[in-house]
Amino acid sequence: MADTQKTTDSKQPTAKQMTGADILVRCLHEEKVEYVFGYPGGAVLHIYDAIFKQDGFKHILVRHEQAALHAADAYSRSTGKVGVALVTSGPGATNAVTGIATAYMDSIPMVIISGQVPTYAIGEDAFQECDTVGITRPCVKHNFLVKDVRDIAATMKKAFYVAASGRPGPVLVDIPKDITADLCKFEYPESVSLRSYNPVTKGHLGQIKKALKLLAEAKRPMVYSGGGVVLGDASAHLIKLVQAMGVPITSTLMGLGGFPASDEKFLGMLGMHGTYEANMAMQECDVLLAVGARFDDRVIGNTAHFLSNPRTIIHIDIDPSSISKRVKIDVPIVGDVKSVLADMNELIATEKASNQFVQNTTALAAWFKQIEAWRSKKCLNFAQSSEVIKPQYVIQKLHEVTKGEAFVTSDVGQHQMWAAQYYKFNEPRRWINSGGLGTMGVGLPYAMGVQLAHPNAQVACVTGEGSIQMNIQELSTCAQYHLPIKVIMLNNRYLGMVRQWQEFFYENRYSESYMDSLPDFVKLAEAYGHVGMQITKPGDVEGALKEAFDMKSRFVFLDFITDQKENVFPMIQNGKGLSEMILANDIGAEDL
Amino acid sequence: MRHIISLLMENEAGALSRVAGLFSARGYNIESLTVAPTEDPTLSRMTIVTSGSDAVIEQIIKQLNKLIDVVKVLDLNDGKFIERELMLVKVKATGNFREEMKRMSDIFRGRIIDVADGSFTIELTGSGSKLDAFIESLDKAAILETVRTGASGIGRGDRILKV
Repeated sequence: MADTQKTTDSKQPTAKQMTGADILVRCLHEEKVEYVFGYPGGAVLHIYDAIFKQDGFKHILVRHEQAALHAADAYSRSTGKVGVALVTSGPGATNAVTGIATAYMDSIPMVIISGQVPTYAIGEDAFQECDTVGITRPCVKHNFLVKDVRDIAATMKKAFYVAASGRPGPVLVDIPKDITADLCKFEYPESVSLRSYNPVTKGHLGQIKKALKLLAEAKRPMVYSGGGVVLGDASAHLIKLVQAMGVPITSTLMGLGGFPASDEKFLGMLGMHGTYEANMAMQECDVLLAVGARFDDRVIGNTAHFLSNPRTIIHIDIDPSSISKRVKIDVPIVGDVKSVLADMNELIATEKASNQFVQNTTALAAWFKQIEAWRSKKCLNFAQSSEVIKPQYVIQKLHEVTKGEAFVTSDVGQHQMWAAQYYKFNEPRRWINSGGLGTMGVGLPYAMGVQLAHPNAQVACVTGEGSIQMNIQELSTCAQYHLPIKVIMLNNRYLGMVRQWQEFFYENRYSESYMDSLPDFVKLAEAYGHVGMQITKPGDVEGALKEAFDMKSRFVFLDFITDQKENVFPMIQNGKGLSEMILANDIGAEDL
Repeated sequence: MRHIISLLMENEAGALSRVAGLFSARGYNIESLTVAPTEDPTLSRMTIVTSGSDAVIEQIIKQLNKLIDVVKVLDLNDGKFIERELMLVKVKATGNFREEMKRMSDIFRGRIIDVADGSFTIELTGSGSKLDAFIESLDKAAILETVRTGASGIGRGDRILKV
């Protein structure tokens, strides 16, 4: 969106005064920002000039504003720090909207700075003008329009505070061009307090005691953990709690890694493509502890069916509006998951020391026996082939080759579900994907943000030939910054998830779901100076992955030609209940 | 059920649209919405008349509290409260209507605030249902124009919404 408007600013700063642009840059230094992901344009030229003159943070030039947002988002997801993006006015801001909405749906702390036309031109349909604050209002935690240079520092302080505290989320700061040229003294506030914003942190102790009693007395207890555990850095506390109580646990797509997948108490992901054992246990449990999860429609399926089996529900969440939103909660605990889980662990330790924590061990043993029976269905088994590459097999091998230690980003669709099902995440912040908004095209920019945050880590972008083309231009950014990402593309020449639904619910009418006229991805990668590989035989999968990950400093694009009509199982159809899954065996994969 | 929700919010540009946007985005009903600054010029007070099940009203309150600019929220229906709305009605006042309109206005304790050759403008204050009743009791053909402010509400006695 580069636009070189002529500017007529001739103000000279006095010794103590700085321009708004310099002040903005100083604010980012104060917040210890490492990376700013952005794209220049007319309204932010003063800011880019200030960036040119500093070396406190590095600016990453993307090829499309959407990618700047996704990269900053993934930087945050993988580190827990606030991600920062900078875009120009008008189209710069509108291009950023998808990225902002993606972060908002998954509660990712970000600060987005957008340029705006000068204050005197606002409302006159000026060149590259749009109502950025109005357009982004429904998809940000909060936003600001700065109308005075003296407000920049305080606004930035508030923006970082609001983004990272409470239930995190993106905060946008819209700054008109003239404000970035105006002068004032720089003073960064040491603290911030907003009378209208006081997020709760500590959970109510009485409620916590009540919850523990219910869990101890339960015959079929179950923990259901979500993205809040990852975002709240509460993984260690969750592990401690589950081990102390010896109860089964499942996780949402967003919560994967919050509890180690290799632990036998972990039943796998639940929901529309969750495991048989996780969904059955979720349906049949008598006391459910929900931790930082929100009973999403993709998670509990048909609400009436879910509620048809009565159970007592305890819900820990930092956001009061998440409680009793879709499902009535019996024991709500509003608070920071980390703090609440720590309180629970402390109480258990005290009660155990005085022999007050008495569990129904007989019932618990019977419950695990039932769970083992469900588990013996081996719902994630798939028919291996010696002819054609099965997509699940690629993910299994990816897990092996990277020893389960890679950061895995994904796009949206079948490959996303296979990555979630077959890459067994043992640590939080390793699985980076768009859960709430389901944004195709996030995978590659997500991998950029992760690789920059973790320069020596293995970063795999699991994608499909549909999703990757939604932000394929970022191959150029990866070349510029020498990002050694490994793209694992499961190429089935279909928009696989759309095709799967059309097969099941639209009598195989594959309306516009075939991906025709695909580029030669190997040549495309090579055109950007990357390494490209195409893999067509199952026997070559492991070798190719090893070869790729051995090239530690290179970006490698692996184009796996996979089975065209493989489906994701188990599957809960829209409107069906948790225990009404379709399993691969039920249908007989060959018939499909 | 019909609920009257009162809230105090930062008197800042865009604050009203955050509330209005929340209601449309989440599909909540708005019967009326009024807003004006308070004696503290940094605060605006808003009265929203809405309707929904208990669960929906609970969500509305929570979602309003979640808005960064909202300082305090009170569901007036949680206790005793007073509700008032102002209406201006322009009615035909010719021939027989002239006497009839004066009488009706008196019955409802309205005031005629503008008199013209063929019309009266009546000012009426009361609860929403009282204003509805007045409209109902008029001959439809006689009503030329109506304008209503939407309800304002305040808690009775010790119920005070203040920062």
